Amino acid sequence: MISPDIFAFIYLVAGVLFTFGLKGLSNPESARNGNNAAMVGMALAIAATLFDPSVKGFGYIVAGMIAGGIVGTIIALKIQMKAMPQLVAAFHSLVGLAAVVVAIGTYLSHHNQGTVNKLLMTELFLESFIGAITFTGSVIAFGKLQELFRSAPVAFGGQHMLNLAMGVAAFVLGGVFVFQDNFPAFLVLTVISLVLGVTLIIPIGGADMPVVVSMLNSYSGWAAAATGFTLNNILLIITGALVGSSGAILSYIMCKAMNRSFISVILGGFGGTAEAADPAMTNARAKGVKEAAVEDAAFMMANASKVIIIPGYGMAVAQAQHAIKEMMEAMQSKGVTVKFAIHPVAGRMPGHMNVLLAEADVPYDVVFEMEEINNEFSTADVAFIIGANDVVNPDAKSVKTSPLYGMPILDAYKAKVVFVNKRSMRAGYSGVDNSLFYMDNTSLVFGDAKSVCEKLAASLHER
Amino acid sequence: MLLDSILASNILVGAEGAAELSPFMLGLIVFVLACFVGYHVIWNVTPALHTPLMAVTNAISGIIIVGALLIVASETGKWVEILGFFGVLLASVNVFGGFVVTNRMLAMFKKQKR
Repeated sequence: MISPDIFAFIYLVAGVLFTFGLKGLSNPESARNGNNAAMVGMALAIAATLFDPSVKGFGYIVAGMIAGGIVGTIIALKIQMKAMPQLVAAFHSLVGLAAVVVAIGTYLSHHNQGTVNKLLMTELFLESFIGAITFTGSVIAFGKLQELFRSAPVAFGGQHMLNLAMGVAAFVLGGVFVFQDNFPAFLVLTVISLVLGVTLIIPIGGADMPVVVSMLNSYSGWAAAATGFTLNNILLIITGALVGSSGAILSYIMCKAMNRSFISVILGGFGGTAEAADPAMTNARAKGVKEAAVEDAAFMMANASKVIIIPGYGMAVAQAQHAIKEMMEAMQSKGVTVKFAIHPVAGRMPGHMNVLLAEADVPYDVVFEMEEINNEFSTADVAFIIGANDVVNPDAKSVKTSPLYGMPILDAYKAKVVFVNKRSMRAGYSGVDNSLFYMDNTSLVFGDAKSVCEKLAASLHER
Repeated sequence: MLLDSILASNILVGAEGAAELSPFMLGLIVFVLACFVGYHVIWNVTPALHTPLMAVTNAISGIIIVGALLIVASETGKWVEILGFFGVLLASVNVFGGFVVTNRMLAMFKKQKR
């Protein structure tokens, strides 16, 4: 019989390797080694568990691992970078569901062995509660991101009271389960938690999606940690704590970047309301929007010494990143310094724009975060905004009545000339009008992001 | 299960007759300290890599596979084995999918050629 210390030691090594995996992400150069370290950690942990002499039933294990491994690998190889937020949400849901499945299985196996106690049942209750909310919450987030249904917030009267009531009911049933060893109560509380996951996430939408994705990332970690407690497995506890705190920190960063409190995001109902069509266009013209032709923009860019490009989710939707890279190279060949400015909440999840630009082979050392680049706009000749809106709205700084007031923005308006690519005059995700569009140094270039960038690149090459 | 046996093997138990440290307390200690480690490590992650960070946390949350393996292993009935099988299946998608997609993303991050 192998000493349990050996397993504990291997789990410790795996936990350390996971930590290295996360630590590697502090720099793109060390990131791949970090990921490899984490893979080694995972292989060690699984191998060690399988070597446990008590582990039998290899048929089920091998079948599950092969099937799951094939499905996971195929999805991971085929997924478009544009769709990363959906994929991540889908993965969160699997962790949540796995936690519920493991909770039920753990109860049944202990019940059959007659080794159930109150502490274990409390842990199982929490595991199933968090896991179920993570599961259905992530399914809803996935659906919103995949646009299976409207991403706009769904709100109805008494929503928060209903959620509160379901939360209380889940805990009451948890108490019944723990003190009376009542398994049906456990199943009912799991079902209530599944419903709660749906009702908690449907009111959150639109601009708050990056927070939702981060928050569910955190929940999936806490679900794994709770599983670790039920199994007294330190590696699950360590990993759950790492993932849980990671998601919590990302949620915090996202909230801060939108100047929203975590509570107000959870309560939901912000964004995605305005559906202004043509009348908006007329109003805008009345207020004096300047329109620019692609050639005018190309002329200004070709003669600039520094151009800053600000991508937003519109770039992802139009898949314009490759055309933007062409533009960048055309400008660089004329001696123009080109930099990219990324707002923390640009896109549908943290870091989404960076991945899309990397996909198009834009080198990461010309891509800058908000704090790094904001004081460079005043020396930029051209700011080119593509598919971004709220994150460059100067009202967030100056108009106290604006819903965006207080949100940190990219100071694009400080550039000598600002070009904004938009498909139409529709308001941004927040539904708030953007005074940047009406400023004297701003011109709008209307059209699909991809075709505008392709034309710009062609026009720049000709010069 | 694992910690139970560690405790039973007397490694963490002091002098004879001293009160035993419960596996729950040991787990709690590990949990709290790991949260602090996570806090400090994650704040050092560059914002440019926040998407790969999420993908790799997806992958390592797949460690819940260990729980599913132990359930299958307990051999306490058909239903338990089937639940364990589903757990293994779901967690495997995360493990493989998470690591592969993270690797794919990280391979795209390149420096400027000079």
